[in-house]
Amino acid sequence: MTKRTSAMIGERLAVAVLSLFLVSLAVFFITELLPGDTAQELLGQAVTKEAAAILREQLGLDRPAVLRYMDWIFGLFRGDLGFSLVSNRPVSDLISERLPNSLILAAITMAITIPLALGLGIIAAIWRGSIFDRAISSAAIMFVSFPEFMIATLIVMLFSVYLKWLPALSFLPPSASFTTIVLAFIMPVTVLVFSSCSQMIRLTRAAISDAMATPYVELALLKGASRPRLVLRHALPNSVAPIVNSVALSMSGLLGGVIIVETVFNYPGLAKLMVDGVMTRDMPLIQTCSMIFCGFYLLLIMAADIIAILSNPRLRR
Amino acid sequence: MTSASIKPRRKVRFRVKPLAAICLLVVLFWVIVALFAPFFLRYPVGDLVSYDYFGPMSADYWLGTDYLGRDIYSRLVMGARYTIGIAFAGLILAGTIGVVLGLLAAAFGGLFDTLLSRAIDTFVGIPNLLLALVIIAGGGSSIPVLIGAITAIFFPGCYRFTRSMAVNVNALDFISAARARGEGHFYIMIHEILPNIVGPILADLGLRFVHIVLLLSGLSFLGLGVQPPYADWGAMVRENIIGISYGAPAVIIPCLALASLALALNLLIDNLPQRIRDHLE
Repeated sequence: MTKRTSAMIGERLAVAVLSLFLVSLAVFFITELLPGDTAQELLGQAVTKEAAAILREQLGLDRPAVLRYMDWIFGLFRGDLGFSLVSNRPVSDLISERLPNSLILAAITMAITIPLALGLGIIAAIWRGSIFDRAISSAAIMFVSFPEFMIATLIVMLFSVYLKWLPALSFLPPSASFTTIVLAFIMPVTVLVFSSCSQMIRLTRAAISDAMATPYVELALLKGASRPRLVLRHALPNSVAPIVNSVALSMSGLLGGVIIVETVFNYPGLAKLMVDGVMTRDMPLIQTCSMIFCGFYLLLIMAADIIAILSNPRLRR
Repeated sequence: MTSASIKPRRKVRFRVKPLAAICLLVVLFWVIVALFAPFFLRYPVGDLVSYDYFGPMSADYWLGTDYLGRDIYSRLVMGARYTIGIAFAGLILAGTIGVVLGLLAAAFGGLFDTLLSRAIDTFVGIPNLLLALVIIAGGGSSIPVLIGAITAIFFPGCYRFTRSMAVNVNALDFISAARARGEGHFYIMIHEILPNIVGPILADLGLRFVHIVLLLSGLSFLGLGVQPPYADWGAMVRENIIGISYGAPAVIIPCLALASLALALNLLIDNLPQRIRDHLE
């Protein structure tokens, strides 16, 4: 690594930290400043002015928002995530139960999606215009247009209701055997792969097609290189940056997919926890969950940026 | 007859592909349904009209009845209005803010551009559906909040797209010529830059509209979008999903409506004339 490369990577790290800080501000103040009062919400039917005032004081909601932001952010650093307003348990407990489940789901999905999408995108680019390319591209545009919950619903209908092969819910008792666990994962993972693959295939194919239009690829063609060699040897290494970026951006879609899929299959993950939190307006829970999701997302984007920098041969010397 | 040789200037014509024409018809169909929804209703939307829940399609209930015995056809028609109406309102707001700020950033440049771009990048650090959840957690779910959330989520993309297109045009000679003859920033924005990028921007907004529709129905599916007794297409899927094993049409019909709209719009933009498409990502 040269000095210039490390300087650029350092800059990326700094940008990521700054973004995370700005995101934390946005998350906190959107949840705090918009109208809607947690104390009234918690008391529900039993609300009186006095009761709401007392509860607000107990929860510390009467203090200025800036101070509460400082408390919250320093709490995050110390690992003190506060108490869930609804279940009265520490947020850290709730999250540590759920986070591993979501990570497993996302990891399995990414492990299948990324090679599959890149492979199909590259193959479509190699035989551009062939029946195979048109089949992949049509399927990709179809799945981009379908909402995740539609894919999920149709798959449940097919495999759980009509064929009765797979369980409709992904509830995992601690005593579950290995086969039960695998069966429970099949449908959620399939839905996520379908919904996040298509965008990645389209972007990969487009990035390679762009590189195919450059003079150096034309020169390689004139030298008599075969179509696969043109794509794999000449176009692909120069499209690493846009492809990696598209992978990182599809992760935003994957997260959206995870939120939907965990709800459909009642999967005990972090996204489901957060959706339930939004229903009950459990602010400490929502804030922490958002920060965890944004943290992972920014980490992925940063990793993509760094890979893109490292893939640029002009920066290697 | 020498005068016959003077022909009117030939109009620029695009070849319309048949697929694009079909897609345009589908999109127009749903737009008309959404616009004139009240005229197409057969029953009031929230009314229980039949004791037979998940009833079959019949002369009385064209698409059957839902989990409470309400007319699916009427709810679908009204759902088109919610889905398309809210999404379109959000698109207009996000598009206007994004395009105007993007043009401003490109025309003024310098520190203004840098600061604005950095500030807007913050929003890009929050995944779409997550930002929607946070906003709805703060503001509760109502139609104005939904439109506001859509605007907040989608204007950064419009901004970045417009800005990158406008910056390219801004570097061309005729802009320098306009500046040299003393035109102001706003004149250049509106009369010199905008007409040159309006095609790609409209196509880009079309693609964003698909994303908005999918996001909005996703929210409604989670129960955080349009609230009962009213329902957009996503909410219709949610409320009927309990009957998935015996009342499948009630779930599939709104799904098909969503899929047809989104697919038609995506294919339409995919089959636009190359000149416009070239600029799309």
